[in-house]
Amino acid sequence: MASVDTAVEPSDSAVSEPEIGGVRRRDFINIAAVSFGGVGVVATVFPLVNQMNPSADVLALSSIEVDISAIEEGQAIKTSWRKQPIFIRNLTASEIEAANDVDLSGLRDPESLADRTQPGKENWLITLGVCTHLGCVPLGAAQGEVKGEYDGYFCPCHGSHYDTAGRTRKGPAPTNLEVPEYSFLSDTVVKIG
Amino acid sequence: MSFPWAQQYKPTTEFGQWMDEKLPIGRLIYNSVGAGYPTPRNLNYMWNFGSLAGVFLVVQIVTGIILAMHYAANAAIAFDSVEHIMRDVNSGWMIRYAHANGASFFFIAIYLHIGRGLYYGSYKAPREMIWLLGVVIYLLAMATAFMGYVLPWGQMSFWGAKVITGLFEAIPLVGKPIQELLLGGFAPDNAALNRFFSLHYLLPFVMAGVIILHIWSLHIPGSNNPTGVNVKGPQDTVPFHPFYTAKDGWFLGLALIFFTGMMFFMPNALGHADNYIPANPLSTPAHIVPEWYFWPWYAILRAFTFDFLFVPAKLLGVLAMFSAILVWFFLPWLDKSPVRSGDYRPRFKKFFWFGLIPCIVILGICGGAPAEEPYVMLSQLASAYYFAHFLIILPLLSRIEKPEPLPNSITEAVTGKPLEQAS
Repeated sequence: MASVDTAVEPSDSAVSEPEIGGVRRRDFINIAAVSFGGVGVVATVFPLVNQMNPSADVLALSSIEVDISAIEEGQAIKTSWRKQPIFIRNLTASEIEAANDVDLSGLRDPESLADRTQPGKENWLITLGVCTHLGCVPLGAAQGEVKGEYDGYFCPCHGSHYDTAGRTRKGPAPTNLEVPEYSFLSDTVVKIG
Repeated sequence: MSFPWAQQYKPTTEFGQWMDEKLPIGRLIYNSVGAGYPTPRNLNYMWNFGSLAGVFLVVQIVTGIILAMHYAANAAIAFDSVEHIMRDVNSGWMIRYAHANGASFFFIAIYLHIGRGLYYGSYKAPREMIWLLGVVIYLLAMATAFMGYVLPWGQMSFWGAKVITGLFEAIPLVGKPIQELLLGGFAPDNAALNRFFSLHYLLPFVMAGVIILHIWSLHIPGSNNPTGVNVKGPQDTVPFHPFYTAKDGWFLGLALIFFTGMMFFMPNALGHADNYIPANPLSTPAHIVPEWYFWPWYAILRAFTFDFLFVPAKLLGVLAMFSAILVWFFLPWLDKSPVRSGDYRPRFKKFFWFGLIPCIVILGICGGAPAEEPYVMLSQLASAYYFAHFLIILPLLSRIEKPEPLPNSITEAVTGKPLEQAS
């Protein structure tokens, strides 16, 4: 019986082609075509994945300005930045002292209060209100909330305690509360983000 | 089933053998679109549109799933969410334009695919079931495309939804309750938008399921071919892979050039400017037409401007429009000619190229034109011819036409030499 072979064209190996250093023209064409196709696939897939990144309207809200003139010493406010809570705390002199008294070598994430605030504005502690353990919102910013054993913040989810500089002191939180990028536009207005 | 000379699947790796015993998916692919599927050696380019339609369905599903990540199916914000996709989402404009134009390209592919079947008699025995499933796929595609067009909630979306659901109102007695049931209200609103979104997401997957049945039933007799003559032996076929995978692949590249050209350089050419105006239930656009792929059927709908006996014109139009597609379900039994390919049917060929095709083109033009003369009369004439073609001309032709002699085999038709007897 006539086999399938009658229908199959001679394969490339059967075609005598000039070889240059053991490389046939067909090898080059194969590699070039597959590479070009690969570039095309990447160029197509990139926007299909990149569409999941924050869109322009989300990014447009990526910085906020906050008026802090009404925050008295010892008070804190919660505000929202990129859909996440921000704690802005006006530290008292004793809280600043308590934060500066801590031996950095004993901390899980050694940072001084000065590292976490801006020069001349050491009383303004601005952090994300997001526990570094699993993302809950710690207590302690609003009046009457539990502040934890170190008088800073306390996360009720898994019991992380933060001190008056927002540093992790006890519990599962691996790092200090994150300090966002911010700058003082004036004595009373701070721009976050 | 396959031809006895089909190449046999032999897993080359140990893992391949292990898989073949547990879940022979490699074998399934090999026998469906691989070297294990012998395919007529003489397929022309008209045989490329099935796989092309399949690729565009995948494009629609992928871009559609992405759009659904950003779209909000709520009448209050749907329009804004589409603008959000166009302006704010990274590459959102491109993905939406790919989806909008992808629908058109999907319909271009299936119209050419259907036309191929009509000309080469691919609907005839033993391939009736493939054809019937194909008509089901087409109906699902129409429903999906219609509901998708409603989602941006622009003026054309809203009034399209109103007009199409209004068709059901023409049904005597139960029409009004059916329309209210479909809309979940008295006019398109949030309820309709939400269910359209839900179904628009669902139906493409139903289509994919029916397409699997369509291909399954294709693989029993194997592909038809331009001669319409049955495959007689191994010399008439080539393995699907690499021959038709390569041909389909190259043709896909060609189609994608046109597709991306449309998408990037004239993305709104097939759309309607009115759909960039938010839906307004109190003001109908002056010139309301569906998307181009519905124009022929829309022309048939509007062709009925007169009552006939006790049947009102509106009901007649609706019945005619649905019948125009439903008549396809009977096509395998209306055309009794044993010769499949139009190439060997001198009269059918003339009626096809000078009757049916111009008729559908005229219907298309009339469907996109305003409802005024001469388009109304042209639609009426073309509608009459359309039904005459399927219900009178095809049955008659199969009785009186004397077909030209068929080649003895595909190979003989291709090589011009008589078939060498396979030993």
